[in-house]
Amino acid sequence: MSDDVILKVRDVYRTYDIKGGLFKKASQLTAVKGVSLDVERGSTLAVVGESGCGKSTLARMLTMIDAQTSGSIEIDGLPIDISKTGISKEMRQKVQIVFQNPYGSLNPRQKIGHVLEEPLLLNTDMPSSERRDLALQMLQKVGLQPEHYGRYPHMFSGGQRQRIAIARAIMMKPKLLVLDEPVSALDLSVQAQILNLLADLQDEMGLTYVFISHDLSVVRYIADKVMVMYFGEVVEYGTREEVFDNPQHDYTKTLFAATPQADVESIKKRLAAKAA
Amino acid sequence: MSLLEIRNLKVEFDTAKGPFKALDGVDYKVDAGEVLSIVGESGSGKSVAMLATMGLLPDSATITADKMEFEGLDLRTLSAKEKRKVIGRDISMIFQEPIASLNPCFTVGFQLSETLKAHTELKGKQIKDRVIELLTSVGIPDPAGRLNAFPHQMSGGQCQRVMIAMAIACSPKLLIADEPTTALDVTIQKQILDLLVKLQQDSGMGLIMITHDMGVVAETADRVIVQYKGRKMEEADVLSLFENPQNPYTKALLSALPENATGDRLPTVSDFAEAGGF
Repeated sequence: MSDDVILKVRDVYRTYDIKGGLFKKASQLTAVKGVSLDVERGSTLAVVGESGCGKSTLARMLTMIDAQTSGSIEIDGLPIDISKTGISKEMRQKVQIVFQNPYGSLNPRQKIGHVLEEPLLLNTDMPSSERRDLALQMLQKVGLQPEHYGRYPHMFSGGQRQRIAIARAIMMKPKLLVLDEPVSALDLSVQAQILNLLADLQDEMGLTYVFISHDLSVVRYIADKVMVMYFGEVVEYGTREEVFDNPQHDYTKTLFAATPQADVESIKKRLAAKAA
Repeated sequence: MSLLEIRNLKVEFDTAKGPFKALDGVDYKVDAGEVLSIVGESGSGKSVAMLATMGLLPDSATITADKMEFEGLDLRTLSAKEKRKVIGRDISMIFQEPIASLNPCFTVGFQLSETLKAHTELKGKQIKDRVIELLTSVGIPDPAGRLNAFPHQMSGGQCQRVMIAMAIACSPKLLIADEPTTALDVTIQKQILDLLVKLQQDSGMGLIMITHDMGVVAETADRVIVQYKGRKMEEADVLSLFENPQNPYTKALLSALPENATGDRLPTVSDFAEAGGF
C-alpha cells in the first residue's frame, strides 16, 4: 500500500532563532527534531505529547504556515518546501487546519457565510452564487441550518463554532485535514458529537486526518496510528494497538499511567487503598 | 454537624433579557475529611454555586438559600468584614487558570506572604519561614530560591502549586478547587491531583472538586453531585455512580466517554435527552 501514502514526512527539523539581548547571547531552539512519518489515505494519525513537545510546530509545517528548516514533506505527491518555492493554489487545496479554540479562530465581525466562502474567494474563480450554494451545502453537512448563514460567530455555542471551523476547513475539499486539539476546549457531550461528525466526514469524503491531542482516551477512540512526541523527538510510533497494548518508551508509559482511569475497577482499587 | 451545608440554593443573574436562573434549588453538604466532586458541563452552575458560597459573584447576581452554614456560622447574614475573616482562612479556593490567578507584577514569595499577613499573627522572619515551608509541602524544588521568582518565570504546573500553597497557607477547613487541572498536561494533572488528595488526607480538610472530567472524578472523589442546567441530577458515592448510575443524564455522560465506546459511534447526550426526558 506504499503508493497510497498521502502524507510523507522525512527527517524534518525546525529550528527557531532566539534573539539575544544585552546580556544574553542569541541561541537556537530546535522544536522538531528529525520527524519522519507516513499517513495512508483515509486513515487517522494521532500525534500525542505535552505542551512544548513540538506537536503544534509539526502541524504548522504540515499546513504550510511555517517552513521546515530541513527535511522533506510530501502531500499527495506534491513536495512542500515553502521557504524555497512559496505556496501555490494547488498546495493550498491539499491541506487545511482546524484549531483548538473555536472562540479565537473565527473572526467576530465576519458572518458565517462569509467565513465559509472566503477560502473559495481567495483560491478559486467561482462566481458568488455558486460559492453561496456550496457554503449552504457545507452548513448542512456539518449539522447546521441554512438560516445560520447570515449569523455572527457570537451567536453560536462552542460546539457549533467548532462545526463552523470544520466546515471552513473542508470548503476547499482538501485531501488532508490537520486537527490541532479540536475537541479539548469542548464539553464531554459536545466532544462526542464533534468526534462523530469527524468520523462521518472521513467516511463520506475520504479525508485523511492528522489529529493532534493530549487526551489519550480520545486518541484511542479515533486513531489508526499513534505517534508520541517528547521534546521535539518521536519516541513512539506505531499502530494504535501496538502503542496502547505494548508501549516501549518510558515517556509513553508515564503518559498512560497519568491518564485518569474512569472504570469501576480502578475506583474500587483507589478506595481500597484509601481505606487501608 | 457538617462542615458546609447549603439548602435550596438559587442564583439568578439580571440580564438585559430579564432574569437568568443559573442555579435552581440545589443542596450541598460536605463533611470534614470528605472529597465532594461537583461535575457538569459548562452552564450547569457548578462554579456559580461555589462562587456564591464564597461571595465572589458580581452584584447582578441574586442569591437565595434556605440554609447556608459553614460550621454552624450563617454565611447569609455575615457582614462583609466578618466574611473576610472566614474566606481565605477557613475556606479557600483554587481556580482553573493558574497563570491568570497570580498577579504578574509581584513575586511568588510576596503573594504568598500577603495571605499570611492578612490572616495570621506571624511577623517578618516567621512569615518567610512559613512561606518556604508551604512551597516545600507543595513540591516546588529549591523553595528558598523561588521566593523571588515572578509567575512568568514558572511553568503552569508550578504556578498551580503556588496557588495551592496559597490556598492552604492558613490550614483551611474547606478547600474548593474549581477545575484545578483543566489547563494542565496529563502528567502534570496527575501530580496536582495526587498533591491535592495527599494534602486533604494529611490535614483532614473538606475538599470540593469542581470538574467536567469524569476521569478526575473517578480518581479523587468520595461523593459526587452531577449537575445539569442549574439542577442536581444525581448525588451518589463515587462507586455507585460509576457502577450503577440512576439518572439518565449521568448515564449519558458516562457513555459519552471515548474509553467506554463500544461501536463506531459515540452516544451523545442529546441521544439520551429524547429518551430520558431531561
